[in-house]
Amino acid sequence: MLLTLLRNDRGGQIMLGVLALVIIAVPILNLVVPQGNPLHVPTYLVTLMGKYLTYALLAVTVDLVWGYLGILSLGHGAFFALGGYAMGMYLMRQIGDRGVYGNPELPDFMVFLNWKELPWFWAGFDMFWFALLMVIVVPAILAFVFGWLAFRSRVTGVYLSIMTQALTYALLLAFFRNEMGFGGNNGLTDFKDMLGFSLQADGTRIALFVASGIALALGYLICRYIINSKLGRVIVAIRDAESRTRFVGYKVENYKVWVFTVSAILAGIAGALYVPQVGIINPGEFSPLNSIEIVIWVAIGGRATLYGAVLGAILVNYSKTLFTGLMPESWLFMLGALFVLVTLYLPKGLAGLVNQLKTHTVSKKVTA
Amino acid sequence: MSEGEGARFITKQTLDTSHKAILYLEDLNVSFDGFKAINNLTLYIDTGELRCIIGPNGAGKTTMMDIITGKTKPDSGQAWFGQTLDLLKMTEPEIANAGIGRKFQKPTVFESHTVAENLELAMHGNKSVWYSLRAKLNGEQKYLIDETLRTIGLSDHYHRPAGALSHGQKQWLEIGMLLVQKPHLLLVDEPVAGMTHQEMDKTAELLVSLAGERSVVVVEHDMEFVRSIADKVTVLHQGSVLAEGSMDEVQNDPRVIEVYLGE
Repeated sequence: MLLTLLRNDRGGQIMLGVLALVIIAVPILNLVVPQGNPLHVPTYLVTLMGKYLTYALLAVTVDLVWGYLGILSLGHGAFFALGGYAMGMYLMRQIGDRGVYGNPELPDFMVFLNWKELPWFWAGFDMFWFALLMVIVVPAILAFVFGWLAFRSRVTGVYLSIMTQALTYALLLAFFRNEMGFGGNNGLTDFKDMLGFSLQADGTRIALFVASGIALALGYLICRYIINSKLGRVIVAIRDAESRTRFVGYKVENYKVWVFTVSAILAGIAGALYVPQVGIINPGEFSPLNSIEIVIWVAIGGRATLYGAVLGAILVNYSKTLFTGLMPESWLFMLGALFVLVTLYLPKGLAGLVNQLKTHTVSKKVTA
Repeated sequence: MSEGEGARFITKQTLDTSHKAILYLEDLNVSFDGFKAINNLTLYIDTGELRCIIGPNGAGKTTMMDIITGKTKPDSGQAWFGQTLDLLKMTEPEIANAGIGRKFQKPTVFESHTVAENLELAMHGNKSVWYSLRAKLNGEQKYLIDETLRTIGLSDHYHRPAGALSHGQKQWLEIGMLLVQKPHLLLVDEPVAGMTHQEMDKTAELLVSLAGERSVVVVEHDMEFVRSIADKVTVLHQGSVLAEGSMDEVQNDPRVIEVYLGE
């Protein structure tokens, strides 16, 4: 099953192989190898890598809709953030009476706002299974309703991209308001524990890291399964010749809504894994800039390859960590320059470069 | 039976051509910003017929195709597929699944898919999302793909990306995509534009062999080509039918000579 799924996906085989190795090695290097040993992986690094893995999953979901379906979503950060908020609400309820105000029922920011009881939409978030359900359901409903309206009216191309951008911007503004009941511009933070395990403990951090890696692998395989199926061939046909696909007899809108919704669900799961690792979720995650950055990761890694998205997300974010440490002001310029250079010289991204080099050496061998 | 079920029953109704004609267009009118693209157009196509439609640029040929396939809705008039299917109430995919296939003027195949995959995508059958996720080609469908590739002469290109085909091969692939849809009515828009003479002859042969089992409507500019395939020719002019008959009758019609052939 796994082998047939990845039969023609060399890059995916390598990526998943490396991922499996990392998921096994990092916990050992963190927990078993003693501090002071040069091979020891400090916990902050584990968390950083875990964060990258959630970004990688997010990039895969954008590649599914952009690379294969041809919808340039500039609002996928919204689904990521919504998944994150759902998880954040659970973590908030887990604080209990350990908050600054010691209110067993209400999170600190609600006490601060003089609220007397929990708003209805916070009900149930003290249960982990309910929070997990919402991580999936909330992004799915938003994507379904948005997609249903937009695709049915046959909004495509730039106009659709602008609408997705407006979607995430509207959510940004809404979540900034204190009255929304999601902590206003401070968002949700000061988390203590998850399922009874302290979020500060090394073991919990490792578990979250491993969970992120597994989520990335499963998300990747789900997307690969979709793309390998006939449904995958239909969506590529929609990308290449939409009205032709319609005349062949496919209900293009249904396909778009379906894929968009699946992509949003996976993005929400990525967000839910991101929040406990970084320890905060605030409206900044809805920022349009975030969503544009995701698109840049995918473009740099290489569109319509899936593994390219993983590669791009990890490389760009690693550079970001590196350079915002060294030269904080220069990062945005470097990101911009990188995007321009890749668009001009590597239209197929880094994954395309690898393929080019391979065919180059092969043709050399043939001629030699 | 509830009302909802009744309505669904009507849309599911199958093609009924018991009165010989497969396509009825009656008193159609379409205007774009005041320009009358289609003007009281009335036209019937019989089952199994091969009909050529000619006319100068702007005569309304493509607009007529757009109405039949559901892309354009007329301002007034009727369009029926057989006795029972009201084309004006159907969407593009519904019309396609009911059995009207269309070949565009510019060959539009799915360029990044292989030739065989193009046929797979076009094949008649369940086209819902959930079904497609699990769909696998069965033996019968594989056989149909092989057969069709033989008919259109592309058997050697099975695994080739369609984008790598020559212009003429793309046109044939597109006809092949229509064939696997198993349509009752084929609409073919300028099939030989940009073809070499050999390719044209092969296309003529292909189209003639397709008629009979199904109805074929060909819109074409090339008179020599039309002469080589047509039993019956319809001349469109300014959005309505100017003349109809055999190629010889039409060519000797003084009105036709005036607007089209005499230029």
